[in-house]
Amino acid sequence: MAVNKKPVSFQVNGRTIQATLEPRLHLADFLRDHEHLTGTHIGCEHGVCGACTLEIDGVPARACLTYTVSCEGAEVRTIEGLEHDPVMVQLRAAFTSEHALQCGYCTPGMLVTARDIVLRLPDADEARIRKELSGNLCRCTGYVGIVHAIQKVQQQRKVTT
Amino acid sequence: MKPAAFDYDRPNDLAAATSQIAQGDGMVKAMAGGQSLGAMLNLRLAQPQGVVDLRSIQELSSATETAEAVTLGACVTHARIEDRRVPDATRGLMPKVAADIAYRAIRNRGTIGGSLVHADPAADWVSTLSLLNATAIIGGPNGRREMRMEEFLLGAFETALGMDEILIAVRIEKFSANARWGYWKFCRKTGEFAEAIGGVLIDPARKICRAVIGATNGKPYVIHDARGIADQFDAHRAMQAVEAAGMGEDAYERQMHFVALQRAAAAIHTT
Ligand SMILES: Cc1cc2nc3c(=O)[nH]c(=O)nc-3n(C[C@H](O)[C@H](O)[C@H](O)COP(=O)(O)OP(=O)(O)OC[C@H]3O[C@@H](n4cnc5c(N)ncnc54)[C@H](O)[C@@H]3O)c2cc1C
Ligand code: FES
Ligand code: FES
Repeated sequence: MAVNKKPVSFQVNGRTIQATLEPRLHLADFLRDHEHLTGTHIGCEHGVCGACTLEIDGVPARACLTYTVSCEGAEVRTIEGLEHDPVMVQLRAAFTSEHALQCGYCTPGMLVTARDIVLRLPDADEARIRKELSGNLCRCTGYVGIVHAIQKVQQQRKVTT
Repeated sequence: MKPAAFDYDRPNDLAAATSQIAQGDGMVKAMAGGQSLGAMLNLRLAQPQGVVDLRSIQELSSATETAEAVTLGACVTHARIEDRRVPDATRGLMPKVAADIAYRAIRNRGTIGGSLVHADPAADWVSTLSLLNATAIIGGPNGRREMRMEEFLLGAFETALGMDEILIAVRIEKFSANARWGYWKFCRKTGEFAEAIGGVLIDPARKICRAVIGATNGKPYVIHDARGIADQFDAHRAMQAVEAAGMGEDAYERQMHFVALQRAAAAIHTT
């Protein structure tokens, strides 16, 4: 079948991307294979595991369920683009000190979700944090350390703000 | 896990979208949040020739309120309902249901209209909008028409929407001040699709005492006169309803649906 490529223009980590792509190319594959932004991981490719979670227009979304050509005008932020984000700096330190990662496969998606929890639900208790994490599967570290890391950053932000 | 090739367009107005879908003769699919369609495409369960993205059609993302009702555009996301960024006609029922659909990253994109048209029996809006007997507002080449949920939903993954039609909005009548509700879903894992759903609504001022049994093998089973279930929970009547809903064969399914209904009735809130 003749493939109709489509032009698209959007931002990735503040940089303008202009490309002409097959509509079936999802955002995670585009970022990894075309932009070499390999921080966005791929697990299930049907929305379940959360490994591909990144930010689109300021809120978490699944890259595997987003077709790149549908990102016209959007602002995409990947884990690489959050390197100097103040909340992410705190979360990275807390993930290290609380042993919130081992293999690191789930970690980029986990950090994007963790950042959303810290900013959107600053008062979330442990049960709520666990509910909010239910869309990000970690199969080797377990959730205890991840929950502690998020709680630690919640505390730090209460002291400093 | 990669979709078959498809064409893509993102029209700005409803007329263009309906004509593209109509011309596709069943091979062109609408896409709203892409949270069900995307998974189906990636798994190649769906292999349409084209996809028409509805998100640039302004009317579909709007929310309006009158004295009697709230109308939510089909592309209103679960997250907007959860956060009460759109008016709520239901005294907290819809925000609560929205908050327990999938995960936040899915709720930021997934829409009430997409969920309804997908018509997965285990989906939350399918059961909730049936409990509310909401009205579907549909648009197509021959103009607009309206339908109550009980006519709109035909069965598992099946609605009365024509091949050349688009769901424009759903209208939900406002609860009166003393209305009470309860909603319960069982899932194996937080945020997963439901194994069983129970919902109850008592609104004396509007003469409504209704219940729903959801996540069945077909469309939700609505009990229009739910006296003896929604108000004073009678186990015998409730079990009869579960059997009438087609959930009586398997002991596990029967018990799950019975308890979901029981917990919904017990959870009836005074909001
Ligand atoms: C991991 C995961 C977990 C989930 N868990 C739950 C859950 O617990 N409960 C729940 O209810 N849902 C759940 N969902 C589904 C989610 O709610 C979806 O958002 C929803 O089913 C589809 O909405 P959408 O806007 O993404 O529709 P899309 O995926 O874009 O479309 C779905 C279907 O509807 C059609 N369509 C969409 N909009 C229109 C329209 N306006 N007019 C005509 N046709 C239209 C499309 O052609 C397609 O066939 C889950 C999804 C995932 C990926
Ligand atoms: S790869 Fe996107 S959710 Fe699993
Ligand atoms: S750190 Fe290995 S899966 Fe989470």
